[in-house]
Amino acid sequence: MRPYLLKGHERPLTQVKYNREGDLMISCAKNLYPCLWMADDGTRIGTYEGHNGAVWTCEISMDSQRLITSSADQTVRIWDLPTGKELHQIKMNEPCRACALSIGEKLLAFTTDSFMGIPPQIHIVDVDLQAEPGSGQIAGDKPRLTFDAPKGRITRIGWVEQNKVLLTSHDGGFVRRWDAETGELLEEAQVHEDAIQDMQFSQDGSYVVTASLDKTAKLVDVCTLEVLKTYKTGRFVQSAAISPLMDHVLAGGGQDASQVTTTAAKAGGFEARFFHKIYQEEFGNVRGHFGPINSVAFAPDGRSFATGGEDGYVRIHHFDMEYFSAKYV
Amino acid sequence: MARAKIRWADTLDEEEFGEALPPTTIKGPDSHGVKTVTEYYRNEKGDAIKKVTKSKVVQVEKKVYKVTEERRQWQRFGKAATETVQDSVTVQQKEDIPFERVRQLKATQQEKKMDMQAAMQSADKSTIVGSLKDMLYKRRMERELLRAKGLLADAERPPEEDGQPGKPAGLPSAPKPGSYVPPSVRNRGAGGGGGEGDSMQQRRRDENSLRVTNLSEDVSEADLQELFRPFGPISRVFLAVDRTTGENRGFAFVNYVYREDAERAIRNLNGYGYDNLILHVEWAAPRAERG
Repeated sequence: MRPYLLKGHERPLTQVKYNREGDLMISCAKNLYPCLWMADDGTRIGTYEGHNGAVWTCEISMDSQRLITSSADQTVRIWDLPTGKELHQIKMNEPCRACALSIGEKLLAFTTDSFMGIPPQIHIVDVDLQAEPGSGQIAGDKPRLTFDAPKGRITRIGWVEQNKVLLTSHDGGFVRRWDAETGELLEEAQVHEDAIQDMQFSQDGSYVVTASLDKTAKLVDVCTLEVLKTYKTGRFVQSAAISPLMDHVLAGGGQDASQVTTTAAKAGGFEARFFHKIYQEEFGNVRGHFGPINSVAFAPDGRSFATGGEDGYVRIHHFDMEYFSAKYV
Repeated sequence: MARAKIRWADTLDEEEFGEALPPTTIKGPDSHGVKTVTEYYRNEKGDAIKKVTKSKVVQVEKKVYKVTEERRQWQRFGKAATETVQDSVTVQQKEDIPFERVRQLKATQQEKKMDMQAAMQSADKSTIVGSLKDMLYKRRMERELLRAKGLLADAERPPEEDGQPGKPAGLPSAPKPGSYVPPSVRNRGAGGGGGEGDSMQQRRRDENSLRVTNLSEDVSEADLQELFRPFGPISRVFLAVDRTTGENRGFAFVNYVYREDAERAIRNLNGYGYDNLILHVEWAAPRAERG
């Protein structure tokens, strides 16, 4: 593999995400502008300028026409994805962290961190992504529903069960299910011993992979919150993804960024690690980053993957044929 | 995808074409997918140059969404609109990053270990070469049978273990049984064993030492003990083993306590068919001479 190195951000990456077809990729970082890339050769198409703080997460609409970003500058912004124009801004009073579009893209759920005595909250806003830009119809002025969550950061959010339930991952290793109509806490389970840094859905949305600072990644059923599989890495896991093509789970992470300079480069464990989804064994890794990996993503066809690191680089890897033909069992 | 490779560029005579250069011609791609482009141009000196470029045309089929083709035409915006090649925002890594296998490596190491352990546990080396040993044993038995029938040639007659050795000149007789003879005095004068100042170890190695060559590969030290013991007490058996393969190197040293026994062993075992090879047994040259 000869990966493409994308140096669009000078600060640590926070999330990399493919669009539905897998030809575009968005990268968010702690600097102010997310970048849009061609996913095959890493050409930069554009940057989205306007944010005034770290961009934590993003969401791409199904038709790849809209981009939603949530940022530490206390805004959630909706962009015209092909042109980079800002269409709408949802202003909050707290840093915004995770965001997710519902199925059908009529609702947007996002989370805010606890700030100035206000607990962490989950908000649901009506959105109409097809509305004419400038018509003021793109998103509601106020969230239709806001509810408090227990102490601790809400790191990721997602819609499950036909938009009836919201699934969130939290500091402290909790995964919680919320009624999307009322905001009532339905179930909670502590699946990890430490903070969950990332939660990504499987292709069919029936289970998620959680990445945690307790040095494991786990497959969790979205309905029962039952832990299906555990992948032990021996390093902080910052992000994990499920291959849509093979029975593989990709985990990225590495030792804490604050300790990188105090240890040998090899001790960092900054490789992207591949685990067999069923057997839970690590069967391979791909090195490259010289800092912890903050975000990993599989292309929707499962033939390439992208990693975003603390070192400010995004690397796009296209698998060699050997990856698909080799037997691991 | 086309990879161009300039094969040659040759200068043409001016007179040949005069002022007008022939037009560029494109041939192919032919059955091998090779496209040939012939160009004519003038360099700074005004010389007419013919340049032939051959390139291999390879078609790669890839299924893409229709909509993705439209997206390729999107205008650059934001920082991307002003970026230049020098910014090198996107670089393909020169170095090939392998997909490193973890489990496979572990598996092979474990397998090796398992194999080793299995071999160690299953008694001794003889079980590994069991089938070969059986075969050789069978052959030896056949020889025995032939000998019993008197059909075997004299040359292959096995050694008579109690054969009477002829008294070599100048050799003292063996010490009287029952009386203690210190090792340093044993065999004194028998072939001028090492000097008194030599260490015991050195003497042990050099005294009454026989060199046995043309051994078969699956002979062990125990086998040699068995073979040489009948002629008298043995002080040392050394089988040369190849460090890398673990097989013996086809020769060994056997030291007898008494020189007479060694002589007897030479007489009886030199030329003896052991396993499927004919043994060669002789006096080992002293260390210094061996070189």
